[in-house]
Amino acid sequence: MEETIHITVEDQHGGIRQLEIPEGINLSLMEVLKASEYDILATCGGMALCATCHIEVLEGGEKLDPLNDAELDMLDTLPDASDVSRLACQIRLNPALDGLKIRVFGNN
Amino acid sequence: MITTDICIIGAGPVGLFAVFEAGLLKMRCHLIDALPQVGGQLSEIYPHKPIYDIPGYPSINAQELVDNLMEQIKPFHPSFTLGERVEALERRADGSYDVIGSEKTVIHAQVVVIAGGLGSFEPRKPEIPGLADFEGRGVSYMVKNPELYRDKRIVIAGGGDSALDWTVFLSDIAREVTLIHRSDSFRGAPDSAEKVFALAESGKIHLLLQSNLTSVHGNGTLKQVGVTDKHKQEQRIETDALIPLFGLSPKLGPIAQWGLNIDKSAIAVDTTDYSTGVERIYAIGDINTYPGKLKLILCGFHEAALMAQSAFKYVHPAEKLSFKYTTVNGIHTF
Repeated sequence: MEETIHITVEDQHGGIRQLEIPEGINLSLMEVLKASEYDILATCGGMALCATCHIEVLEGGEKLDPLNDAELDMLDTLPDASDVSRLACQIRLNPALDGLKIRVFGNN
Repeated sequence: MITTDICIIGAGPVGLFAVFEAGLLKMRCHLIDALPQVGGQLSEIYPHKPIYDIPGYPSINAQELVDNLMEQIKPFHPSFTLGERVEALERRADGSYDVIGSEKTVIHAQVVVIAGGLGSFEPRKPEIPGLADFEGRGVSYMVKNPELYRDKRIVIAGGGDSALDWTVFLSDIAREVTLIHRSDSFRGAPDSAEKVFALAESGKIHLLLQSNLTSVHGNGTLKQVGVTDKHKQEQRIETDALIPLFGLSPKLGPIAQWGLNIDKSAIAVDTTDYSTGVERIYAIGDINTYPGKLKLILCGFHEAALMAQSAFKYVHPAEKLSFKYTTVNGIHTF
């Protein structure tokens, strides 16, 4: 039976909702957020160029793969990035992410 | 003033291919792009990356595709204004348009085609109350002329390559340089980071790590910036100039003000000809949106072909358009 990945998302206005995502889905977290109608632009379509899918990981950061160079470089240029900042477009969904809690941060 | 049939805003792959499709229908094109070279993102951001979904090419490097497109459109003698962003569109009484650039270039065209991709890449600005009031009065987001900072006190904010490089460069020119960075390390080129640490150690620059720019102060012109450290303590720094260097972000820019139907940073178009709601203005490639839109170069090519067929009536109103294959008709240059 197919498992579900649960991700808790806090939007820019403080609203909190839990997303239930089928495990087999081959999407990035950015694509899931867009499909769930969160207010993010994701202008560049997932190339780590625009940082409009900037999120903060509130819980479960250890579940994520380490940042790649493109993502680190982009985060380093952001004025409002923190130690728990990530770009949602660089996070591929997988079952290990179950229980992740994030805050949708940027929409510049 | 430049006079042409079609003014194409954006010289990325789709804008370039539009020259070909327009050329087949005897329409001349002028392209304008904010970047200093043609190719858009392909040349600017990933020139060496392979693209796998261009029909007929199992794999082609981004720059090679741009070079090939330039070769393909050569017979139609396109002209270019590069390194200049479009600021305004002005409609003439006869329906044609003047496209006006940031350096005051004016392009008069019967038809305007927006092939602007993600928009133009503009400096990312930190959210600090009142910052905009000091733009041009002590605050700038890029260094155009380093000599302006000779013997001045300057504050640079940011942690990327350009923040590091300008800190190193300006440390020889300015009287006092302070670099503010939110983290305690730099991801930029290790060379530049080492130089910055060495300059800080020798007292030539002030380096404020784990700190954020939080306020700006002055009376008409910038006098002080507020910097908050990890203990939430704010200190004020006297300065003549502030240069926030937080990278570039693609923005729709002035296009958003042209009365077009904008949906989430993209221009809504009619898929029969990729026209916008405004007569004689078309939008093709990544900048447009419609049900089922895919941001693919190959889709942009298709959009360019349909756009050209539709634009013909504005450029050659007295002529009847008959569709011809290049295999039958060849390419008739002008």
